[in-house]
Amino acid sequence: MVHEETVYDALDHAHGGEGQWAFGTGFDDPLAGVDTTVPEGVDPADLGAYCLMLGDDALVLCQRLTEWATRAPELEEEVAIANCGLDLLGQARLLLARAGTCGVLGRSREHATGSIPDEDALAYFRDADEFRNHHLAEADGGDFAQTMVRLLVASTHRLALFAHLRTTRDPVLSAIAAKGVPELTYHRDHAARWVLRLGDGTPESHRRAQAAVDAVWPLVADLSTATDVERRLVEQGVAVDPAAVRDEVRDVLTMVVERATLTVPEWPADRPSPGRAGEHTDELAPLLATLQGLAREHPAATW
Amino acid sequence: MSETTAEGGHGAVPTGPEIPSGAEPTRANTRRDWPLYEVFVRGKRGLNHVHVGSLHAPDDEMAVHAARDVFTRRNEGVSIWVVQAKDITASSPDEKDPMFAPAGDKVYRHPTFYEIPENVPHM
Repeated sequence: MVHEETVYDALDHAHGGEGQWAFGTGFDDPLAGVDTTVPEGVDPADLGAYCLMLGDDALVLCQRLTEWATRAPELEEEVAIANCGLDLLGQARLLLARAGTCGVLGRSREHATGSIPDEDALAYFRDADEFRNHHLAEADGGDFAQTMVRLLVASTHRLALFAHLRTTRDPVLSAIAAKGVPELTYHRDHAARWVLRLGDGTPESHRRAQAAVDAVWPLVADLSTATDVERRLVEQGVAVDPAAVRDEVRDVLTMVVERATLTVPEWPADRPSPGRAGEHTDELAPLLATLQGLAREHPAATW
Repeated sequence: MSETTAEGGHGAVPTGPEIPSGAEPTRANTRRDWPLYEVFVRGKRGLNHVHVGSLHAPDDEMAVHAARDVFTRRNEGVSIWVVQAKDITASSPDEKDPMFAPAGDKVYRHPTFYEIPENVPHM
């Protein structure tokens, strides 16, 4: 019999009939069967530092997105934004765990008490100057238009990187990228749809969308200059040179912004990313205080 | 509002007055006047789309996005339909008896007097 009253019944049926599909069923472990040995000829310290960069971008942007919980303009959109954040959190968790297996914990480990997983130690017990995310991720979310423009820029850039990283020599990074590509494709699509509607909407939404584009655009200056770590890893077939995806990212963003009837600002000159060197704006510390407060107060808390 | 209006509907048709056209968008009428959509999802093992709920969205495309985010975030679906609630024509509760009562005693319309061969699926 394949007659199900609702899709939820079907799910329940497919997963043992215990009525607990809501707690998560049918999920695949993205790292199942993946060899976690660091490939020969790859410096684990470099690989760990690289995973930290990509992981911190996701973790910090996720935290910014979750700030919309209970504040989004519509209930449906709140769930959409939270879903994007959760996707990024999943990527961050895998990347920080990979960084942990590469031995990046160092002095952060001293902050931790009890047995805390590597990814938690990295997320909750590093201070702002130890974070390696771009300023694009930490910048204040602004209004809804700015959140969507930032999500568009961040997901377009990250999708371009991840598309290439699927063929990296590190099997773990490759699996994380393969999992991330459909997620980021959806984020980019969702953000682009909103930017189109806001830009080509009412006079007020157009004004706000233009202000958002103008506010976010300068941050792309940081995205295209490889760090020393990235340069070495590019030679080892592990990392993607961010300069190699710059034109692709710029073309996509330009197309969306033009179609949204907005004025495309001048593309800023590339500069080395201060965030990748641990230099952050004043906006990161309060974000981390919210992110880390509970874990630091109760380091071994479970629920 | 008439009797058949059902916000968050389960098949009933909103019959309230239309949004006045040409009105200047204000905070009030840009927020709450997104149309109501009914959402249908086909599960992995389901044969047909099943009504799962309703939501508000600014237009059809965003309604599909919102439905994906609200109703399929736990792996429930492989296909989504959305339709504006106002485009559904529903039977009226007032007509319940003439519509459905006559079928109540027609036992011969049920195929219960036949043996269904084992290799006939989906029955």
